[in-house]
Amino acid sequence: MGGPARIVEKIFTRNFERANSHTLAVYRETGGYTALAKSFQMEPAAITEEVKKSNLRGLGGAAFPTGMKWSFIPKGSTAPKYLVINADEGEPGTFKDRYLLERDPHALIEGMIIAARAIDSHTGFVYIRGEYVQPWRVFSGAVREAYEAGLLGKNIQGSGFDLDIVVHRGAGAYICGEETGLLSSLEGKKGWPKIKPPFPAVKGAFGNPTIVNNVETIAAVPHIINRGAAWFAELGTKTQGGTRLYSVSGHVVKPGVVEAPVSVTLRSLIYDHCGGIRAGHRLKAVVPGGSSAPILTADEIDVTMDADGLKAAGTMIGSAGVIVMDETVSIPEALMVVARFYAHESCGQCTPCRESTGWIYKMSHRIVEGKGHKEDLDTILDVAKRGAGTTICAFYDGAVGPYVSYIEKFRGEFEALIPRDA
Amino acid sequence: MPDAKRPEFTPEQISEVHRLQGLYPDKQGALLPVLTMAQEAFGYVSLEVEEYVAGLFGMSPAHVHEVVTFYTLYFQQPKGRHVVSVCHNLSCHLLGAKSIVEHLTRRLGVEVGETTTDGRVTLLTVECLCACEQAPMMQVDDRYEGQLTPEKVDRILEGLR
Repeated sequence: MGGPARIVEKIFTRNFERANSHTLAVYRETGGYTALAKSFQMEPAAITEEVKKSNLRGLGGAAFPTGMKWSFIPKGSTAPKYLVINADEGEPGTFKDRYLLERDPHALIEGMIIAARAIDSHTGFVYIRGEYVQPWRVFSGAVREAYEAGLLGKNIQGSGFDLDIVVHRGAGAYICGEETGLLSSLEGKKGWPKIKPPFPAVKGAFGNPTIVNNVETIAAVPHIINRGAAWFAELGTKTQGGTRLYSVSGHVVKPGVVEAPVSVTLRSLIYDHCGGIRAGHRLKAVVPGGSSAPILTADEIDVTMDADGLKAAGTMIGSAGVIVMDETVSIPEALMVVARFYAHESCGQCTPCRESTGWIYKMSHRIVEGKGHKEDLDTILDVAKRGAGTTICAFYDGAVGPYVSYIEKFRGEFEALIPRDA
Repeated sequence: MPDAKRPEFTPEQISEVHRLQGLYPDKQGALLPVLTMAQEAFGYVSLEVEEYVAGLFGMSPAHVHEVVTFYTLYFQQPKGRHVVSVCHNLSCHLLGAKSIVEHLTRRLGVEVGETTTDGRVTLLTVECLCACEQAPMMQVDDRYEGQLTPEKVDRILEGLR
């Protein structure tokens, strides 16, 4: 079992259990919008510098340094610039942005105003997945409240800074969580990712410089401004600051959103924060960062849950969606379920992804049905590895994570399902 | 009566279309929200609805068709009065999504993808709805229902008229 959980102040979840935490009044009671006032005393470039020094890294999946991303907006550009919030939460195993939208929407709005000023943007879009009806209603209500209080619109709080927020609803497509797919969708098109470069910071939404950030990433910004970059950096590791939200699901006693420093170990998350494995069962495997993250076996959980810690362990933090499996789970069946997802969600633009995701699903399905061919496992591994890195976006690489790791780490289980005479 | 075969927005809905179009640097940005509106108004997105919406944007019906067929939340055929979408992705799979789907097909007398003959419920399976802490879960129209058991599913179905 893991050691005692390090007691750390809650940042993202501090308001989650308070009644009416989605309202402006309650948000203000806990210091809401004081960071905004402070940020208006700072030069925009100083805000970006502060975020750089905090070691805040993108909390949607790619873990890219946030301040550095902001600094890619071309200097002196007179084009309109956009701040786009990726609230198209969709990575299997992830649900933390839903909590933020419903329970602390003003943290996102305050962070957006500060971030928009840093990148000289006067229009923010919040792209919320279409299935999130309740989060959309709550967040839209918070935006209305912010307008009425003079926190959005023209001359915010007498600062001379203007920002409008447009709340945009998606229509059901995992690929729109990929930032350029999201931008295509925001432009009223099917959500096909775009070739980079040009990166969105140079040519993004509607052809203009655009920063796309995850909900949680931007919700961290007011805290960094209020408490300082050093404080935030100190909460984490040398290369990543802060605490973050882990979405933990599967066979744990207490599934849910857990806030912990990024240096928390996977073992501690499972056993200290989530009550361990359900009674009478034992851990078999864990997916540490959403379905696209390579799987870890029960004896690989002494890793820290920061981006670089998991990279060193051969997997990734992704969206920090932790899916815990006990010994009752059939890994070949789990792979089939995951392969079905990638086959369904491939946008169809790049041949390796479009074709491989479909064929690999079919092969994983026939293996589970007891109709696998003895060459199927090597065919899947070969097809998966050849296609990795050949496509426009990271979707297919995300599918390759589970294809390869499930088979390589649990090969015997797959082989046992394949008839000997196949 | 709103009719997906002869779609026409009311003057109030047309003003809403114009408001939405004005929110984006290019009015095309409002295409998804307007299609959502059209589906709510006309029941589903027929080819006639696609053509009508294309006219509101001055774009080709082919572009609208490409968009409609890309996303899962647009229905191209009439749907039931209620839509029940069961998540069958990994976390829900681990906690018994398959038995929930089987229970629903038996109770409703339909296969996944079908609508009950009385037009009451359309049953779907969907990919991750991102409420894995409540697994197994499903979406019933606008709301999420989690920690499903056959008994809980029965109670939910009773509430759908």
